[in-house]
Amino acid sequence: MLGATGWFLDNAWLIPIIPGVAFALIILIGKRLPMQGSELGVASMAASLVLSVGAAYQWIQRVDDAGGHSEAGTLGLIAGFGRSLTAAQEEGAAYVQPVIRSWTWWESGGASFGYGQHIDGLAVMMLFLVAFISLLVQIYSLEYVRGDRRYTHFFAAITLFSAGMLVMVLGENMIQVILGWEIMGLCSFLLIGHWWEDEANSTAALKAFLTVRVGDIGLLVGTSVLFFGANDWTQENLGTSGFSIQGLSAWALSGEASETVLLWGAVALFIACIGKSGQFPLHTWLPDAMAGPTPVSSLLHSSTMVVAGVFLVARLYPVFWEAFSIPDVSVNFIVVIAGITIVISALLAFVQDDIKKVLAYSTVSQLGYMMLGLGAGAWLPAVFHIFTHAFFKCCLFLCAGSVSHSGSHHSFDMKRDMGGLAKKMPITAGAWIVATLALAGVFPLSGFFSKDEIIDNVGHNGYEVFMYIALFGAFLTAGYMTRATYLTFFGEPRGAAAGERHEEHKDLHAPAFAMAGAHGDAQGSPDTAPAEDDPADPLLHGGDAAAGEARDVADPGEAMVGPVGADRHDAHGHDAHGPHESPKLILIPVCILAFFALTAGFTNAVAFGEDWEQFKEYVEPIAEASDLEAAGAAPRASDLEAAGAASVRSGSSILNDASSHSVSSPAPVQEEGGEEEHASGCGYTAPEEGGICFFPAVSHAEFEWSKAALSLIVVGIGLVGSWFVCVALYSKRSRSLVGLTQRLAPARWGYNFLWNKYYLDHLYEQRIIRSIAHPIARGANWVNQNVIDGVVNGLGIGGRKTGGWVYRNIDQRVVDGAVNASGAAAGGTGHALQPVQSGKVNQYGALLFGAAAVFAIVLVIVNV
Amino acid sequence: MFAVNFFLLAAVLFCIGVYGVIARRNAVLVLMSVELILNSVNLNLLGFSLINGNIDGHVFALYIIAVAAAEVGVGLAMVMLVYRNRRSIALDDLSEMKG
Repeated sequence: MLGATGWFLDNAWLIPIIPGVAFALIILIGKRLPMQGSELGVASMAASLVLSVGAAYQWIQRVDDAGGHSEAGTLGLIAGFGRSLTAAQEEGAAYVQPVIRSWTWWESGGASFGYGQHIDGLAVMMLFLVAFISLLVQIYSLEYVRGDRRYTHFFAAITLFSAGMLVMVLGENMIQVILGWEIMGLCSFLLIGHWWEDEANSTAALKAFLTVRVGDIGLLVGTSVLFFGANDWTQENLGTSGFSIQGLSAWALSGEASETVLLWGAVALFIACIGKSGQFPLHTWLPDAMAGPTPVSSLLHSSTMVVAGVFLVARLYPVFWEAFSIPDVSVNFIVVIAGITIVISALLAFVQDDIKKVLAYSTVSQLGYMMLGLGAGAWLPAVFHIFTHAFFKCCLFLCAGSVSHSGSHHSFDMKRDMGGLAKKMPITAGAWIVATLALAGVFPLSGFFSKDEIIDNVGHNGYEVFMYIALFGAFLTAGYMTRATYLTFFGEPRGAAAGERHEEHKDLHAPAFAMAGAHGDAQGSPDTAPAEDDPADPLLHGGDAAAGEARDVADPGEAMVGPVGADRHDAHGHDAHGPHESPKLILIPVCILAFFALTAGFTNAVAFGEDWEQFKEYVEPIAEASDLEAAGAAPRASDLEAAGAASVRSGSSILNDASSHSVSSPAPVQEEGGEEEHASGCGYTAPEEGGICFFPAVSHAEFEWSKAALSLIVVGIGLVGSWFVCVALYSKRSRSLVGLTQRLAPARWGYNFLWNKYYLDHLYEQRIIRSIAHPIARGANWVNQNVIDGVVNGLGIGGRKTGGWVYRNIDQRVVDGAVNASGAAAGGTGHALQPVQSGKVNQYGALLFGAAAVFAIVLVIVNV
Repeated sequence: MFAVNFFLLAAVLFCIGVYGVIARRNAVLVLMSVELILNSVNLNLLGFSLINGNIDGHVFALYIIAVAAAEVGVGLAMVMLVYRNRRSIALDDLSEMKG
């Protein structure tokens, strides 16, 4: 028995190292292996998963040991397994020390930069999530990218990508977080531009990379600001540098932190999160990132990359908590950005024809929920939403990939190449529907338990306005997901889903293709009024032969459709042309994910009472002031004995005043929901002398069926309403709905506004970049024409006169004389030395050493 | 004194290296001789490090080894290219740089 820590917890730093090493191996020897390196990627992710599960198990033990959690009952068996005597005697809930280890990486100017691990509930949860999703995605990729041009490189990049996220997740200090963050940025560039032969793809990769870089400046600035603000305090009190996550958390809550430093540091960090997590002004890169292979989109949008920003806020929560005064206000920077993001991206999802872009906007919207939760003090629901969202979003993306792989001939266009696939691909359709319902937040599925909790807690913490925004977002979510489901799996098969091949489309323009041609006409030029939902109308658009061509050329998102897609299809040569169910390697990960989408919610099912709230128990840190000595000693000790020192200050739970040492107080920490917890505790008042806080006392809304019913009704209306609209629009082609966006001016205006993505791309590319570049260019031109030219002309006239005099007197006589003389001298010397330059290396060497020897002899003689 | 042995050995190696650089016609052998010279310098550094009782000399020696590795890499690559172009690595033939 290893005691309260354990091998897996102590050695969690190995988890990112394994895929890191695997990446190097794949690059070096991958091509010579029987499966071209993919087996290394899959094996490394499996090993990471095993270690993560071990760490998660031991973390649960550790929490049970440290506090009175074993009384919670559900995990009594596990808890009884490894309890140490001293810990078991403590009944109150104490802050459980994270398992921190750190090695100095390099030192510079007195500051040391470390690599280490900071393992607590959040890190353990994320480690498991990242390793698990990555493993499934890699298994899926075995089939999906089979026969690809850069198969080995794909697996190398995707393995390094997971390694980057893992490095960041268990980062002990901000430097390590930046390291992981940047590794991910690089790999996202490599993966989004995986098929870089297509210019659209490499443009998308560049856009993703550069947009995220804009935010990354915030990460660097924020880290520096916080370091200089916190370093003195952390060195004195904890003995760690101002980069340390734990140090920053404690500093932020100590009450001694400068408000200004905190605010600017937090704002800068949040700007980084806006870029990475695709929040409102910088979300434009996310949908374009769909240019990458589907497994990449799936990994990027579920557990890695975009979640990194949310994770950073959750990780440094005390900093944001204090900087934005989260408990005291009803509106702040984070929730405003998040609220805007939720609504605008959900609306955008309605006008997308590309199934992956619908999912991309859906991800942006869900990330908005997570940020909203964090911004409004609902830390736990937000983190829980990361957990559940990863499963169902990954499942949705993999389903979309499965559809395009086997059902729609590598097209992602729902209106053109899908429809009615439920009969042909029942398993994919089933998984998709489960995940869709989970995403919409239908009761027993995972999304309900997390999203509803966020909405509940946001209202509970005094952010009522944003609760209604979130409810509206839930309604929109149900709507656009139903639309996507209907277009993909129900109704009449169209295009490739009906068994046609793209080659035929392009060459023959069969009547059935007229519809696609109609859309191509409209969408090829996005600035004109696009025709929404136009059914096959051969009289209007039929025979518009050029339109289909135009669409293939014009829409950069459809990189898969063009001739490249056809090549790829031939390369892995499955010869069945009609839609069919995908092979097992694709279906198994999809089914596993669908299972988790169905059940993951029960890990923190608030609705069923406290015994179900496993996340609250094991993931959320307990906001309890620890003794300074114990806390300060623990991070530096190699922490095998840290657990013993961790559980200090028994008895005072957050319900009571932190100063009351009532050891007999039996108040268990699970007893939540009272308003009185706002009164005091970490994050509300500064810890008393000698105490130290690592996490604010976040409040939890009590679950009420009436509140849940409200959100369920909203979701239900969204689902059913959208379904009927879809049936009317796409199948029955109701006269009042079809073409509505063209007949009705406000609808047309709104549709154009959405179609052009709120003109944000336009704003960035045309307005901002131009408005900065053009005045500079114009100003430079004016300066050039007037100032510089004037000066130059004046100088020229003066210069010509001076020049004449100089030429006659100085140049001809003095200079020429000197030049000629030196030329003659150089020529003479050159001729004299020419024999030395024989071109023979040996001779040069001999001269070199001979000269050195002569000088050495001279030196010796002079010195002696 | 013990350290004197270092310097004697270094001096002998240095002389062998210089002889090799001057007398050999084969480019590879010249490169090897250069290595000998570098390593004799390393030996010197280590000897002085021993006398002074600190590790500065070791640090320099390690640094020189790293630089020498790079130098040999570049040198051998040049020899390869010369061989490909001329089918010979005799240095006597390489006199295009004659001034």
